[in-house]
Amino acid sequence: MSASLQRGLNAFKEQIDAPVAAFFSSCVRCGLCANACLFYTETGDPKYTPIYKLEPLRRVWRQEYTFWGRLAKAVGLSKAVTDEELGDWEELVYDSCTMCGRCSMVCPVGNDITYMIRKMREGMAVAGHAPVGLVGATKRAVEIGSPMGVKLPALQAQIRHTETEFGLEIPVDKEGADYLLLLSSMEIMNFPEFIGAVAKIFKHAGVSWTISSEAFEATNSGIQIGVSEIAAELVQRIVTAAEKLKVKSVISPECGHAYMAIRWEGPNLIGRPYSFKVVHILELLDQLRAEGRLQTTGKESQRLTYHDPCQVSRRGGVVDQPRNLLNMVAEDFVEMPETGTMNWCCGAGGGVSSNERADEIRLKAFNRKKQQLDAIHPQAIVSACSNCRIHLEDGLEEYGMDMPVISLTETIAEHLAEDKS
Amino acid sequence: MSKDETLGEALRRQGITRRGFLKFCAATASMMALPPSMVPAIAAALEKAMRPSVIWLSFQECTGCTESLTRSHSPTVEGLIFDTISLDYHHTLQAASGSAAEAAREAAMEENYGKYILVVDGSIPTANPGYSTIAGISNKSMLLDTAKGAAAIVAVGTCAAYGGIPKAKPNPTGAVAVSDLIKDKPIINVSGCPPIPVVITGVLAHFLTFGTIPELDALGRPKAYYGQSIHDRCYRRPFYDKGLFANTFDDEGAKKGWCLYKLGCKGPTTYNACATTKWNEGTSFPIEAGHPCLGCSEPDFWDGGGFYKALSMPTEDITRAAVYAVGAGAAAGVALGAMNRAKKARAVKTHEKVTINDLEKGADDD
Amino acid sequence: MTETELLLWVRGPALQIATVIFVLGIVVRIAGILMLGRKKNLAEARGSAVAGGLRTILSRSIPDPGTLQRSTFNVVAGYIFHIGLFITILLFAPHILLIEDVFGVSWPALPTPIVDATTVVTIIALLAVLIHRLRHPVMRFLSGFQDYLVWLVTILPLVTGYLAFHRVGIAPPPTLLAIHILSVELLMVVFPFTKLMHTFSLFMARYYNGAISGYKGVKS
Ligand code: SF4
Ligand code: SF4
Ligand code: SF4
Repeated sequence: MSASLQRGLNAFKEQIDAPVAAFFSSCVRCGLCANACLFYTETGDPKYTPIYKLEPLRRVWRQEYTFWGRLAKAVGLSKAVTDEELGDWEELVYDSCTMCGRCSMVCPVGNDITYMIRKMREGMAVAGHAPVGLVGATKRAVEIGSPMGVKLPALQAQIRHTETEFGLEIPVDKEGADYLLLLSSMEIMNFPEFIGAVAKIFKHAGVSWTISSEAFEATNSGIQIGVSEIAAELVQRIVTAAEKLKVKSVISPECGHAYMAIRWEGPNLIGRPYSFKVVHILELLDQLRAEGRLQTTGKESQRLTYHDPCQVSRRGGVVDQPRNLLNMVAEDFVEMPETGTMNWCCGAGGGVSSNERADEIRLKAFNRKKQQLDAIHPQAIVSACSNCRIHLEDGLEEYGMDMPVISLTETIAEHLAEDKS
Repeated sequence: MSKDETLGEALRRQGITRRGFLKFCAATASMMALPPSMVPAIAAALEKAMRPSVIWLSFQECTGCTESLTRSHSPTVEGLIFDTISLDYHHTLQAASGSAAEAAREAAMEENYGKYILVVDGSIPTANPGYSTIAGISNKSMLLDTAKGAAAIVAVGTCAAYGGIPKAKPNPTGAVAVSDLIKDKPIINVSGCPPIPVVITGVLAHFLTFGTIPELDALGRPKAYYGQSIHDRCYRRPFYDKGLFANTFDDEGAKKGWCLYKLGCKGPTTYNACATTKWNEGTSFPIEAGHPCLGCSEPDFWDGGGFYKALSMPTEDITRAAVYAVGAGAAAGVALGAMNRAKKARAVKTHEKVTINDLEKGADDD
Repeated sequence: MTETELLLWVRGPALQIATVIFVLGIVVRIAGILMLGRKKNLAEARGSAVAGGLRTILSRSIPDPGTLQRSTFNVVAGYIFHIGLFITILLFAPHILLIEDVFGVSWPALPTPIVDATTVVTIIALLAVLIHRLRHPVMRFLSGFQDYLVWLVTILPLVTGYLAFHRVGIAPPPTLLAIHILSVELLMVVFPFTKLMHTFSLFMARYYNGAISGYKGVKS
């Protein structure tokens, strides 16, 4: 079997549900969503209007599921969606959409455009119109276990390194632990300090946890590319490991779309509820804070702001927790002009970061973040997604801005009160 | 009364003073929307005008129009103008009947050929000439015959002007208006059921003064009298604008004199002078008496969807139509929905498992 | 056909036909949307989908500050003409009578001079909206035949209503009234097949949007 237009259109038909029909029925073509999307605001090109990115899907809905559309199709009045069109749309659906969900917050009739982009990708992928970079990442995720090709020995090396550096034990495959920590490849490769930070905090707070040698990768390329079966397979690996180790909860690391994948999409992908809970690391830290198990000393004196990773806050619901935590350790915490669920995306989510072709537009779109930062001039940006961090750094460099991007978890770890640990 | 008496002479002979005459001229001028400076000219013209010969034909009518014109309570200049015209034929009012009357009509036609004014009340049946005849002559042929020598035709009342009540559905006699049959003469429609008397004298005065017919609206009515809607001149209008309506004929609103729109008032689509000249020597008019306007000066007013139904209300049962549509819509919607579901289920069934090797197009397929 | 016959026809049979198409079309479309169904969410909820959905139905009527700032014209003009339509359609005495006749419910009317002024404002707003649609790069890009058709059938009843109310002398008043009612009937007939459907479907769209977010504990 190979990808084909046929399979793509069939997937569209499968994906269209009542919300999609309600959304397409309601769009008044007011164009407000354009101004919500960084790919439009920073390019000024109308083709980046969010709802327009869904045009082929809309046409399939009309032709297949509405009375007049069916009629028009039957008498040959409306043309079927062609492979060329899907090819043309590839750039709109993948390169210039991070599935950040901002447009879905703004549309006056209430269209959840992002929900539809996610569905549209299911058809685009099987029609053979997913970006090469994303196909490669997905292949590596399935075959090697990580989109970046990170294998277990690499993780083991980082664990050993962290253990010696911090003098802490990092439990691996410990059956019966309360929490199973997942990691993203980016953390393992680019931000290994994260592992040490978590270990430090958990020791301080007395959290029983472990890492699985069989399923440590939290990210899910299947969701980004839009293939539910692959996404389900990746989720299933984690579920199997978690059930084998009999943990009570699984922790999603500082990664936005990993959280989306394991917390919100996972059960729906594998078709059953989990036997364990899923929490984002910030949710857990905030819970520890509320329980008084997290004691910090000293505060960061520099002016800090918080970049909400879209999938963690707007699409994930973890909005207040990072602010509670930041207020513990920051003296001068300032919010960007539009923040929380209305924050602007870094430009690299939703698979854009795995798609080298999109680099140019991604950096262009970063100008939106720059304007937000220029409004408040922070000295450092705190975030809770390693993908955001890498691409914030990339963008800042591109725009000649000198500003460190730091992890919230690591910042908390640095301020842990000594006496308890 | 001699035939070659002028109008002025005739009026004076009947004891109308110069002052009274001028007053009438002034009133006529203002009714016709002419400037006051025209009053002397009107007076002079009328003074000298020869008493016109008028032939009055009554067809399918109820005599209400004639009643309206003759039942003035006190003699007025308008009434006297009437008295002074040479009404050479009017089969309700004249003493003669039968062939003697017809002979008078023919004589008047001959004597004043091309100059007489033809006044018509009542509609003309066309389904069968026998439905209405006078002295064995059908209305239609009498009208066609008499119209030939007329200088102008005044269609008095809504029946003559637009067919009126005889033309109301299902129009058993095939009634038509004068203007449906006569195309080559100036026709002035003085509509109303009945029309206001002063409008007729005003039209006659205009004709006598200027020798022309007054300016008419799209429905052939003198603009001077039919230029404004009842609604625009109605003294209850402020209540309409405030949204204060009588809901029944005896509720608080009715007692307070609120607008009668909800009770079916046709004032907004009716053009007539009732609200300004009023009836019975300017005493009142229907709305003032607490009854909504029926719209009697408009074509087909009898079939206008109910006298007591507000203009904006539907004339058919919309509720039932909507209820049926909901039922039919639900059935059709469920059917379409079921087809959609089946289609979606088929798509799910056709779905073949996607693996990482399926994400690139095969060589044989594009 | 005489003018009275025309008026009678538009107040009677034509209105019946338009009502049937309008109601039937809307019911078919709503059924068509709902019957496509959606999957049950198996992830553990953090918030209430129902509460989120209901909340968004209301909250989406208020733009977020950023949108208000970036799309000021759209938002303001949109507000004006929607409120204008609401007032002119639902608070004009003769319209209320019609509603009372069909549905058996009624409410107080606004004074006609206010409705009259609102009509003018609404017409101006709609004209401005059209100019904006023709000039703004995004709106022009997104617009097709349907968008202009919908604009036309929306403004027509306002214009014809204004003419009928003032009995502007281009036609006899019953004809003006008939044209006004006809233009409304045109709107009703076009309604179910175009984006005018958003009048009803936006409640569903907003609900779904809010429910998807509310389930995750996000206010959308
Ligand atoms: S989800 Fe974000 S990136 Fe995608 S269209 Fe909407 S606003 Fe743009
Ligand atoms: S904001 Fe909503 S209604 Fe407006 S064009 Fe975008 S999707 Fe359509
Ligand atoms: S009573 Fe009739 S004419 Fe007078 S204001 Fe009311 S609707 Fe108009």
